[in-house]
Amino acid sequence: MQPHVRYMPFGDSALLVEFGNTVNTETNKRVLALSSIVETEHLEGVKEVVPTYRSFLVGYDPSRVSYERLVFLIREIEEKTLALNPEAVGRKLVVPVVYGGEYGPDLKHIAEIHNLKEQQVVRLHVEKEYRVYMIGFTAGFPYLGEVADEIATPRLETPRLKVPAGSVGIAEKQTGIYPYEAPGGWQIIGRTPLRLFDPSKQPPALLKAGDIVTFKQIAKDTFNNARESLHSGKAFT
Amino acid sequence: MKVFRVIKPGLFTTVQDRGRYGFMKYGVPISGAMDEFSFRAANTLVENDPDSACLEITLIGPEMEALSKTQIAITGGDCSPEVNGKPVSMWQTITLKKSDYLSFRKMQSGCRAYLSVKGGVDVPKILGSRSTYARGGFGGLDGRPLAKDDTIKMLPPKPSGNLLTLQSELIPCFSRELIIRVIMGPQTDLFTEQGVDTFLSSPYVVTIDSDRMGYRLEGLGVEHVGKSDIVSDALLPGAIQIPRNGKPIVIMKDAQTTGGYAKIAVVITPDIDLLGQARPNDKVRFTKVTLHAAQKQLVQYSKSMSSLKNIMIQTKS
Repeated sequence: MQPHVRYMPFGDSALLVEFGNTVNTETNKRVLALSSIVETEHLEGVKEVVPTYRSFLVGYDPSRVSYERLVFLIREIEEKTLALNPEAVGRKLVVPVVYGGEYGPDLKHIAEIHNLKEQQVVRLHVEKEYRVYMIGFTAGFPYLGEVADEIATPRLETPRLKVPAGSVGIAEKQTGIYPYEAPGGWQIIGRTPLRLFDPSKQPPALLKAGDIVTFKQIAKDTFNNARESLHSGKAFT
Repeated sequence: MKVFRVIKPGLFTTVQDRGRYGFMKYGVPISGAMDEFSFRAANTLVENDPDSACLEITLIGPEMEALSKTQIAITGGDCSPEVNGKPVSMWQTITLKKSDYLSFRKMQSGCRAYLSVKGGVDVPKILGSRSTYARGGFGGLDGRPLAKDDTIKMLPPKPSGNLLTLQSELIPCFSRELIIRVIMGPQTDLFTEQGVDTFLSSPYVVTIDSDRMGYRLEGLGVEHVGKSDIVSDALLPGAIQIPRNGKPIVIMKDAQTTGGYAKIAVVITPDIDLLGQARPNDKVRFTKVTLHAAQKQLVQYSKSMSSLKNIMIQTKS
């Protein structure tokens, strides 16, 4: 039996479809399965569909569709998607990363608090496949999960004022990539030459919710070369 | 076509249109004019399309020299505009000659004013919008506020040259004590009864840490049932987050698209305009309305905006 899906108003021109209140792959798969169909259906009056970890938001124009009508339509789709296999979504991407040193100033700290060597932290980070649960926080920022318990680390007590573009960080069990320079409190372990957000491109973000990401360690001196060749758009495997 | 040279940029002057829709799933905020009614009125006064880009002025206006003959209009917060040192009226069409000097005095009421130019401000559309998203560094003028010596361009104007005025009873007045209507939810159940009561009955003050991203309010803390943090979900302008300290944060146009604090309520669309004109030290009280009452208000609000064109008073053509 699937858990109950909650529908609720989010102000006067949006509604929230909530599947749960925890970080959990099954919940996120259900969110993405339903939200992607709702989006492709182009329902009358719907302006935005925004999936997150555990829910999705539907922005609509109440002069074109009522709240009740929209809930009814999405419930109908929900019943149809129960039969679908939500595994089908998601592309695979390898993200090259220079770990440690100036590129990953918190790698040493993470290794110390977990009683590991830096290279062991790196190995644990590259070993796993991560799911893009959602894009949020800033334009193009992917929330990836989940890292091995051995390297899960709380955020910095005092956030940095500037985290460089491409920085790969850890916050608790999540890992993420800063698309451009921004203030931030994630523990930075490395940096990728990939560009995660480019407003001149359509779509502007490299990743989308449901994609599967693995990290690959690269040497520092290949960072700049990699930057050029990776931008030719061959990133997805 | 070049229309202005920026002599002084003002405090924070940006290019804004109605905003960037359809990209929230990529983490892109909506941006756009903080006070949509005043923005729409500015465009209507120069017979622009309602979504044409304007300059959004914040508290201290720019000084600019006209590089060509044009028509402009200034709406929103009362910023006492002057042309060549002489006061000109807001909420009506103003004709400028080449070399005219446009400046502003201190903003007397409200927080933001809108300057439209006939044809609309010409900057490239990024992801379907000309709005500046300064934190992301894109949209508007290279993703930043105006700077000294910038040149502002306009798109080719329509040939008409009517002089229009907005009826004085339709001009909003920006009070320093606001009553903001909200729809409760989506996470009201994460607050105690007393917390909800505090939120709806006590006054809050807009703090200096308030900008296009969000308004941080000071006042009695709103009590959570348990933890303040939730597994992040979506945000929209108007959403009211309550972090651990209990002090409300109202999400505005440039805010991040997801957030991890429980949301007690969401401001109704017409009242987001009012908040967009609030400045530090203004007092805010929240009052709840039902979804249906709010949507009736919204339909009326949308109608009043689309009928602006028909109710302008023509002073001369």
